[in-house]
Amino acid sequence: MKSPIMIRVKQKQIAELVSLGKRLDGRELTDYREIQLEVGVVGRAEGSARVRIGKTEVLVGTKIALGAPFPDLPDRGVLTVTAELTPLASPTFEPGPPSEDAIELARVVDRGIRESKLIALEKLCVDPGKNVFIVFVDIYVLNHDGNLIDASALAALAALLNTKMFKYVVKEGEIKVKPGYTPLPVKNHPVAVTLAKINDKLIVDPWLEEEQVMDARITITTDKDGNICAMQKSGYGYFTMQQVLEAVKIAKEKAEELRKLVVKG
Amino acid sequence: MKVPKKKPKKLIDEKDVRLDGRGLNELRPIKIEIGVLDNADGSAYIEQGKNKILAGVYGPKEAHPKHLSIPDRARLRCRYHMAPFSVDERKSPVPSRRERELSKVIRQALEPAVFVEYYPRTSIDIFIEILQADGGTRCAAITVASLALADAGIPMRSLVAACAAGKIDGRLVLDLMDTEDKEGEADVPLAWMPNSNAITLLQMDGSLTIEEFEQAVNMAMEGCKKIHELQKETLKAKYVAVKEEVEE
Repeated sequence: MKSPIMIRVKQKQIAELVSLGKRLDGRELTDYREIQLEVGVVGRAEGSARVRIGKTEVLVGTKIALGAPFPDLPDRGVLTVTAELTPLASPTFEPGPPSEDAIELARVVDRGIRESKLIALEKLCVDPGKNVFIVFVDIYVLNHDGNLIDASALAALAALLNTKMFKYVVKEGEIKVKPGYTPLPVKNHPVAVTLAKINDKLIVDPWLEEEQVMDARITITTDKDGNICAMQKSGYGYFTMQQVLEAVKIAKEKAEELRKLVVKG
Repeated sequence: MKVPKKKPKKLIDEKDVRLDGRGLNELRPIKIEIGVLDNADGSAYIEQGKNKILAGVYGPKEAHPKHLSIPDRARLRCRYHMAPFSVDERKSPVPSRRERELSKVIRQALEPAVFVEYYPRTSIDIFIEILQADGGTRCAAITVASLALADAGIPMRSLVAACAAGKIDGRLVLDLMDTEDKEGEADVPLAWMPNSNAITLLQMDGSLTIEEFEQAVNMAMEGCKKIHELQKETLKAKYVAVKEEVEE
């Protein structure tokens, strides 16, 4: 178990290093840890991906089911994102209903997917008002070593690009699933980049100990055209306008790098 | 039940007037009252357009359960909650995922303002009830909750003012109401402490270029400045009223 007292001692060290433009693990301020990506790791899932950023490990599986649309969007498929901070991933995660942090994680990832229109939900309508396809994106955190949002968003993107969609026919009002699959219709590739503020400096991809000493953090999701589609400030501290604009600039550059890992060609 | 309404074709007309008659850079009318609840240590009520929001603060008080107390500062707790009758379709009173997320971001928007280190091991509870919602409730909630904290006599660096800017019909506008938020292209809620230039809440959804985002944030900051002035006036007015009462 990581003791908070050790963190107090390290806090000074981490903060002083950041002021000098260095980090405890030798990274530059704008470097990510090593990122590993595997897709199709769970055969039963319609799509899946595992992302490791340093020691942080997130598995995302997607499932597709038929269901009713939202009454106000009768001709659109439905997207549902949930996150599970599994108790095996960290001594601080407890079993039970989702914590505030789990809900925030899921909702920030959801916002990036939804607002960038990653999934062409209009193509997932079978019978307007009655039957549409529901895409479930389930985020499973397997090891927590900081920056869960970026790892989850990247894994979700990879899993959705890897998702297979059913073929079906409607016969006399009944939906019949046919053999074979098509790729899930996608339109965009959002990537989330999280920066933490320590001693008034911005660092990319904070790992766990940096997260424990940071003042605040900001997640910026940009789409493939470089537009901002979602943003979330979190943490007890604040940002100045200059810091936000600097963060946006760095996030856009970093997102392009990350996108290349998932979207080939 | 939700009665179907005609979808407006345009959110802004040829004369740059919005659906409720506002200009692009105009806030909704705001009415604030302070000290509206008897039992709470501090309270405030806000009407911003059709939003009606009540905030109550209890504390600093003994943290409960005890293991949640923090040795060197107070624990701020916050609950943002919508009344079942506050929206068109009845909202279940069980806190939704949205409400849980908002409770967290509102708490973190207020925490930089509060001298939590003055009250170690205690808890300060902020309860926000949305009685009627019409878009921009998280921002109005921050505005009113920071006044409730001040009303409770809790030392603060500044009042926190919050306001959203967004994009509708391709134009940037201030303080989106519900229809504008739903039909519009982007929404950027912002909480700001003007004196220390500290952004304490920043979220975004929709699609904006970096330039548009910068303009939207600047626009929201201007809105926050106006709200901050209003907050200060309201708070001062309360003490003037108390002083007059004492002198009588």
